[in-house]
Amino acid sequence: MEEQLRHTPLHAVHVALGARMVPFAGYEMPVQYGSILDEHRTVRTAAGLFDLSHMGELHISGPEALAFARYAVVSDPAALEPGQAQYSMLCADDGGVIDDLIVYRVGDGYLIVCNASNHDAVLAQLTGLLAHGDFDAVIDDRSDRTALVAPQGPRAAELLGTLTDFDLATLGNYRSATATVAGIECLVARTGYTGEDGFELFCPARKATTLWEALMAAGTPFGLKPCGLGARDTLRLEAGMPLYGNELDRTVNPYEANLGRVVKMEKGDFVGRAALVAVQQAGPRRKLVGLMMDGRAIARHGYPVLVAGSEVGLVTSGTLSPTLDRPIAMAYLPAADAVVGGEVEVMVRDRPFRAEQVKLPFYRRPKPDAG
Amino acid sequence: MFPDDLRYSREHEWVRVDGSTATIGITSFAADELGDIVFVEAPEVGATLSQFATFGVVESVKAVSDLYAPISGRVVEVNADLSASPELLNSDPFGAGWIARVAIGDPAELDALLDSSAYAELTAG
Repeated sequence: MEEQLRHTPLHAVHVALGARMVPFAGYEMPVQYGSILDEHRTVRTAAGLFDLSHMGELHISGPEALAFARYAVVSDPAALEPGQAQYSMLCADDGGVIDDLIVYRVGDGYLIVCNASNHDAVLAQLTGLLAHGDFDAVIDDRSDRTALVAPQGPRAAELLGTLTDFDLATLGNYRSATATVAGIECLVARTGYTGEDGFELFCPARKATTLWEALMAAGTPFGLKPCGLGARDTLRLEAGMPLYGNELDRTVNPYEANLGRVVKMEKGDFVGRAALVAVQQAGPRRKLVGLMMDGRAIARHGYPVLVAGSEVGLVTSGTLSPTLDRPIAMAYLPAADAVVGGEVEVMVRDRPFRAEQVKLPFYRRPKPDAG
Repeated sequence: MFPDDLRYSREHEWVRVDGSTATIGITSFAADELGDIVFVEAPEVGATLSQFATFGVVESVKAVSDLYAPISGRVVEVNADLSASPELLNSDPFGAGWIARVAIGDPAELDALLDSSAYAELTAG
């Protein structure tokens, strides 16, 4: 029996553009419209437009919304100024990651934006905590009525500026504001998953097509192109960002994934605190590292990694980096073996290929010209 | 649509016969399906290919795909340009993107391959 895939509000748009559609997190999503390499380079040099409407949006409100959010996630939402956002994680009692997500402080509470693949798990966790925790708060699952369209790249701000009176120069990184874009009221967030400057625009689902088409039309003089999940993955990997399902899963704790800085022990009690304190004190048993292959052989998800001839880990993500024109990868190694500059071998089709452990990220966007 | 002077396998490889040797590669249909090709693992000179058995790998950004030999033979030459420029398989799959040249093992094997119109039919469906 054919699985019934869900569609985002922009499904017909992608099909009309000739996108190659694939199943992803229960949705039919565009993986590429043309060339993944070209889409990737377009985001790095101009701007690309992504449909992220499959992602989950869970709104928390009520008198104890903040207390509830502080208890549920590992970061501290109390540190958020109005309009500010933070990258965070929902962990389980054992410290394992249920999802990585962004918490936005908005006018009437907190918006949690989570991975499509973990929507149900995140909602179940939050609902369970609310029921047991006696918090005076409300969860409103807005996922199905919210679309998310993301222009990302060095020219994204310019092109978005032609569609709104809002002064984007006042919107710093990881800040959001309500603004009218192409006549549509949106939550405009300066967040993204590409390593470039960019925006994530949340709008009502029924306005998604109008917003997308306005951005595409406004973006033409800036070289804007539609970009799919293929380029989304190569971009985030270059930027050293984890992907839930590859670098993160229920068996991984934040310290192993180089995300210890996100955990705020000092805020008080939260789910997973005791387990995470133990990891923090003992040090994680394994660590996520970046790998740069010496030659052209590509290390991919699941390939074995050897140190001194012994298999000690697996590649979590890997591809040919379009920007560096070299194969890059991430892998978990035993903590004792994880050292920048250390040499490893990756087994590619049963043959070993040398790689060097490197600091993440592989790519950092150029600083804006100060002069 | 597909060059008339070539023979084609159902796995989307092509053969150009030149006397007792043959040049092999992947078709434009295969290259378009794969998308940007970023790595080719070709056989070594001296390797023996067996018709329809795997003989190497071609990688796109997202996936690894096996190459299947369209005919049997001993590899006499490999395209050295593919290491630095795997994208030749996308830009010129029937020309500069050739993968290997083989000394033909059994010319009768060509009968098992498709001509250009039969291959066009196969890929249209």
